[in-house]
Amino acid sequence: MEMDYTATQSGFRQHPKMRMRNTTMDGANSGQLFDDTSVPPGVQAAGSPGQDVGAMAYPGQTLLSDPMSNLAVAYGSSLASHGKDLVDKNLDRFLPISKLKYYFAVDTLYVGKKLGLLVFPYMHQNWEVSYQQDTPVAPRFDINAPDLYIPAMGFITYILVAGLAFGTQNRFSPEILGMQASSTLVWLIMEVLAVLLSLYLVTVNTDLTTIDLVAFSGYKYVGMIVGVVAGLLFGPTGYYLAMLWCCISIFVFMIRTLRLKLLSEAAAQGVLVRGARNQLRMYLTMSIAAAQPVFMYWSTYHLVR
Amino acid sequence: MAFTLYSLIQAVILCVNAVAVLHEERFLSKIGWGVDQSVGGFGDEPGIKVQLMNLVRSVRTVMRDYIFFLFLQCP
Repeated sequence: MEMDYTATQSGFRQHPKMRMRNTTMDGANSGQLFDDTSVPPGVQAAGSPGQDVGAMAYPGQTLLSDPMSNLAVAYGSSLASHGKDLVDKNLDRFLPISKLKYYFAVDTLYVGKKLGLLVFPYMHQNWEVSYQQDTPVAPRFDINAPDLYIPAMGFITYILVAGLAFGTQNRFSPEILGMQASSTLVWLIMEVLAVLLSLYLVTVNTDLTTIDLVAFSGYKYVGMIVGVVAGLLFGPTGYYLAMLWCCISIFVFMIRTLRLKLLSEAAAQGVLVRGARNQLRMYLTMSIAAAQPVFMYWSTYHLVR
Repeated sequence: MAFTLYSLIQAVILCVNAVAVLHEERFLSKIGWGVDQSVGGFGDEPGIKVQLMNLVRSVRTVMRDYIFFLFLQCP
């Protein structure tokens, strides 16, 4: 949705600029659609005063060389920039754009390491997110920070791979892609809402934001893609093996990541802390982590028959 | 299972309505879920049942004014 706004706004702003450029440079080429850059601009400027009378003969050009319309164009561009500011200000209230930019500050090295961590989280020692003066460090510099790039790309890739899987079963039609996309999105939203509700009920004091939860729920798309691709290449055996591996990996990954965020300090170190509250938090962590493999299997088993 | 976003919105509206129609006096107090029975825990953690009761009460307070217009959106 944000892309549409910037596209229309930049398109709208470019339009008056291009028209103003045309007024100065196309005195000699009034019939062309695009301005002619083969002639150097000095020759063009010497030629244009003599051509002004000729330009007035074309009704389309009077619109552009008239001072009144220049004023109108300038007013229109100022209106456009004012509208763009208004849209930015109001959009920031509903969709925190600056916060979203943090989650997309990734680079190739981070994506590679994070993907490796998602399928093989067993060797990684330090799972803490590093901070820089109270704000979390951008994902580019810290592999433990959640990002939204991998979940977004994984979502789209999963839709495409599901379409491929439907094709191998001769069930493909273009509507299926849209249905699969909305189904997956709905399951994601429901899972995030369920996690939010359970976090509220257990009164966990955590700094997990909603976008963090979306990111964590989106990491399972990587495992789903690996499983479905293995199922397409190697048949049901490959699917089950790959799913088993990816399910266990995502389970371990989620437990190790959420343990630091949800549990108290002592319990996160691995010390066995008694008490009903810590036990409840541990159950919550484990159930969130266990829901991931369940969703992974349930969403993909019908794709690989 | 083929879900659409619209069916999610419908489900959410129906669930919210279900929570909003739980009457405080006639029903919730009878089963021990009224908010006058929740002031007990002054410790550091309120407990799940108290949180649920607070959630029900806040949903009712917020949605009472808007649920009518939400229902008007359904065809």
